[in-house]
Formats: sequence, C-alpha cells, structure tokens
Amino acid sequence: MKELLTLFFSFFKVGLFTFGGGYAMLPLLQDELVKKKKWTTDEELLDYFSIGQCTPGVIAVNVSTFIGYKRKGILGGCIATLGIIAPSIIIITLIAAVLSIYMDNTYVNYAFAGIRIAVTALILETLIKLGKKGVSDHWGIAIFLCACLLLILFNVSAIVIVILAALAGTLIYALPQKKKGKKE
Amino acid sequence: MIYLTLFYEFFKIGLFAIGGGLVTIPFLFDLSEKYHWFTTADLTNMIAISESTPGPLGVNMATFAGYQVSGILGGICATIGLVTPSVIIILIIAKLLKKFKENMWVSGLLSGIRPAVIALILFAGLEVAKLTLLDWKNWLFFVLFFVLIHYQKKSPIFYICLSALIGIIFKL
Repeated sequence: MKELLTLFFSFFKVGLFTFGGGYAMLPLLQDELVKKKKWTTDEELLDYFSIGQCTPGVIAVNVSTFIGYKRKGILGGCIATLGIIAPSIIIITLIAAVLSIYMDNTYVNYAFAGIRIAVTALILETLIKLGKKGVSDHWGIAIFLCACLLLILFNVSAIVIVILAALAGTLIYALPQKKKGKKE
Repeated sequence: MIYLTLFYEFFKIGLFAIGGGLVTIPFLFDLSEKYHWFTTADLTNMIAISESTPGPLGVNMATFAGYQVSGILGGICATIGLVTPSVIIILIIAKLLKKFKENMWVSGLLSGIRPAVIALILFAGLEVAKLTLLDWKNWLFFVLFFVLIHYQKKSPIFYICLSALIGIIFKL
C-alpha cells in the first residue's frame, strides 16, 4: 500500500511540473525515477520513451504505465497513470471554470487573439521538427502526399487516415522484408 | 448519455492518436465537426492553455474539452477515456517488450503512420491559421513569433505569455 502511494505521488509530482508533455518530461522523470527513487535506469527510460512514442496515446501516460507496471504489476501501472493525470484534471478544471466567467471580457479576448498567433507559430515549429523525422524517404513522401490528397478531396477523418497509413506501411516496409527472409 | 459518448470518443482518440499530444488536435477537429461541442477558436484557446499549464498536452486537452461539454464529470470521463487504451496496450506490451520492438510488422506499420500524422497536423494547423491570421497585423506577429521560436528555443509558456501581452497592447 505504501509503495502504491509513493508511486502515485512520484508521478503526481512529474505531472505537476512538466509543461507540454512528451520529451519535456524526460529530465523530470530522470531526476525523480532514476536518480532519487532508482526505480529504473537511463537506458530503460529511453526505451520506454521510444515505445511510448510509437504506441497509441499520450507519451507521458504510456511511460507512466510502463514504469508503474514494472514496480507493482497491473495495479501499479494504473496508479502511476492516475498520478500523472491527476494534476492536469485538477488544474485544467479550475482554469476552464474561471475562464468561462471571463471569456466575455474585452482584454481577455485581445489576449487570446494574441495567444492564438503564438500557438499557430508553435504548431508550425512542431510540424517542421516532426516532418524532418517522419517524412524521411520516398515512400514517406508518397504516404504524406496521399494523406494530404485524401484530406483535401474527401475530408477523410483522422482515424481513417491512420488506419490506411498503417496498412500502407505494412505493405511497403514489412512485406518485402518478410519475402526476403523467406528466400534466405 | 453524454458521459458515455465523451468516454467513447476520447477512447477512440487515445487509440488512434499515435505520437503524442499534438497528434490529438486533428482528432479534436473531427470531434468539433461531428458534435459541435466547441468551435475552432475554442480549440485554439484550449491548445494555448494546455501548453502553458502543467501536465501532458493530450491529457490537458481532453480534460478541457470534456469540461466544455459537460462540466467536471465530463472532464474526468474524457480524460479517463483518453488514457484507457494506452494503459491496456502498454500493459500488454510490457509483457512482450523485446519481441514488440524487434517485430518487423510493428515497425513497418509505424513507418507508414508517421508521415500520415504529419499531414494530419498540417491540416489542423491550416484550420487554426485560417481563423487566426486574418489581417496584416496578425501575419506580422506570426512571422515574428515563428522566427523567435525557431531560433530561440525558449519554452512555449514564454511565447504564450508574450503573445497575450502583445494581444492586449495592440488590440488584436
């Protein structure tokens, strides 16, 4: 029981002090989990991140579930996850409640008009960063362009795009490898 | 049952949004088209607040969107919905860790998804831009912010605070 509580509060702390999530969380996790608690090593943490990034869902949640599971099985995984999302739920609920009161204020509106511009620029920056990594070969470019076409012409939903891309990826990248493996 | 709908819709987002917080944005756009729970402007505000408050971006977005739709319980249902697929899938993978990373089907599948996700974020970004960059003043600050963000890697919170100030001063 005590260890479950420690697990919860360790992840609560990480959730409370990371902004943005994803890789921004890495230094905090390192400090709390590798240095202080010695629950995992740097190498393992990076492994968790790479798996977290290529499995569905929010990376921070994936990493928490992983480490929680390693410590205390399935229950540990759930507790760690609850720990990392609890601060968000509390803080965002408070802000959303306050915001709905002030949303009619002229100055708040000016501020948000400004903020939306910064957010647009932040999204562009993320796109460039991700684009370099994600669209890396001929097939990558082809899949990217096909997805754009589907979005422009047919306004296909995001879920359909992801499923089609997963299919294309298996056909393009995994099938040839499988055939090669058979011949050898 | 609005709570069940919220749980179900965010469960789907948690299941299909591969690659982290920002990837949830295109899915939220789909939601706003389907249910009219919030507008594109609301969504952009949510992104700003989620980026400048603690916690993972995706989780913040889910809590926010859920709260907008039906209050505190809505926020909780949406967030639990978002994380449930992660928890289930990671628990399964944690058992088969090594095999999963080396599996060529998995790596092929992911190599396909990555470029498509970029396209999704691009279109979400265009939706936001359509709504945000309305006149030359907006464009000017947009270019300014982009240059700053690209060359001075400060935290997003800094730019969001700065942009709020600029918004008030220049009455954007």
